[in-house]
Amino acid sequence: MVSRKIVLHFPKTLVEQPIVYKLVKEFNLQFNILKASVMPNQEGLMVLELVGSKEDFDKAISYLKACGVKTQPLSQDVVRDENKCTHCGVCVSVCPVGALVKDPKDNRVNFDNKKCIACELCVKICPPRAMEVSF
Amino acid sequence: MKTIKEINEKIKKGQVVVITAKEAVQLVRKKGAKKASQEVDVVTTGTFGPMCSSAAYFNIGHCKPRIKIGGGSCDLNEVPCYTGFAAVDILLGATALPEDDPRNKVFPGEFKYGGAHVIHELVAGKDVKLEAYAYGTDCYPRKEIKTFINLKDINEAVLFNIRNCYQNYNVAVNLSDKTIYTYMGMLKPKIGNANYCSAGELSPLLKDPNYRTIGIGTKIFLGGGVGYVSWQGTQHNPIAKRLPNGITCVPAGTLAVIGDLKKMRPKWLVGVSMLGYGVSLAVGIGVPIPVLDEQVMASAGVPDDEIFASIVDYSKNYPNMIAESLGQISYADLESGKINIRGKDVLTGNLSSRLRALQIAEELKSWIKKGDFALSESVAPLPDKDSGYTCRALKEKPFK
Repeated sequence: MVSRKIVLHFPKTLVEQPIVYKLVKEFNLQFNILKASVMPNQEGLMVLELVGSKEDFDKAISYLKACGVKTQPLSQDVVRDENKCTHCGVCVSVCPVGALVKDPKDNRVNFDNKKCIACELCVKICPPRAMEVSF
Repeated sequence: MKTIKEINEKIKKGQVVVITAKEAVQLVRKKGAKKASQEVDVVTTGTFGPMCSSAAYFNIGHCKPRIKIGGGSCDLNEVPCYTGFAAVDILLGATALPEDDPRNKVFPGEFKYGGAHVIHELVAGKDVKLEAYAYGTDCYPRKEIKTFINLKDINEAVLFNIRNCYQNYNVAVNLSDKTIYTYMGMLKPKIGNANYCSAGELSPLLKDPNYRTIGIGTKIFLGGGVGYVSWQGTQHNPIAKRLPNGITCVPAGTLAVIGDLKKMRPKWLVGVSMLGYGVSLAVGIGVPIPVLDEQVMASAGVPDDEIFASIVDYSKNYPNMIAESLGQISYADLESGKINIRGKDVLTGNLSSRLRALQIAEELKSWIKKGDFALSESVAPLPDKDSGYTCRALKEKPFK
């Protein structure tokens, strides 16, 4: 099971279609609307938390893309795979906001998700690829 | 004065006193090298960082009918192996990439998977796809094989790294106006960050700077199992610049190491991807230092603030073989997370995990204390600073 927060941008041609209904019916996803701004004949924006199997979630995202809905992960969505992180600390010199800091006492690299602005610099430069976008 | 034989007797009797290099720093600071050398028998070191010149060789066993992969081609999980041996011996290098990897075509390339990752998966017990093609002979008629292999089923699986464990390394910065992607990580323009790669006061060769105890045949912690120093590593450069305390301030000595891959553990052999550069293998190595006398103890007790690394520009100087240092900085300063270069405060990042280096030193210490790991006498010394041995640049003789 995965639980993810995503931002959906609907082009105005799509706002009258039952897209969220399909996410439930076709892809077995539970949804929680965190924010919605959908008006007839205007571009729509919706922030959803979707819960379901990884496979269904991936299919649903493909479906949304195929419909013409632009999707993006909600910011603050960078997570660390604790099993992969070796606490080397090369990310520390790259993080622009000090969300990744080495504790001199125990040499662990701490990740403060609250400070993270999801610039994703660490995601690409992490040698064991422990930093992931949770989208 | 103590001998390795005497120390091994103590290990056998359960009376050995072992401390990590970190503890050695504290002890020598507190009691002095002479007193410490009387109290301690072994100091354990450790390092865990990307070491590109690593590889593993395998004998996969003969199949029915037989195939001679030698002179043919062979991939493991689509990563090409070296096949210039006999029938079923293959070698996989850590930096090898699948043929269809885009490399740096779209810069900077991601290098998500390569030889190092295959080695990690094999050690983790995973099945790996072997695909080989041969030309066929009367005695080895088969021309093709596609099979899963598993480390536990094949004959030999040996980690053999021709250059590991650098005695000190550079601090990499970027003097240019644009971001560069190197084996030292992403370097932001105009000295935007500074990356280094050493376990400092825990690092094996920094704690035995003149190779008094570490030599060919030295038994070590390698990749979570047991290995041996098999030779000096390639580019071994014992005559590199040293500070008055005898410690090199630039990359100097190296080790070639060998060990049974089947007994190693995935935590200590990790495939890593360097953006825009390539794949490498993070290797865990720990070397025990027998405290033969006061001098050995003094070296093993040298702290981070007495070990210095040289700052090198990787935008112009390094690629063009221009030997120019922008200055020297101690590991104590580097470990503080921030240094000052040319009046600018710069964040530092280590490619080498101090946490894991210490875990290795601790684990090796526990092996020795439990009597599971006796020390070995080296059978020949590594070339030292008086040997004349050095690392030279290539003298090109171009042809058309």
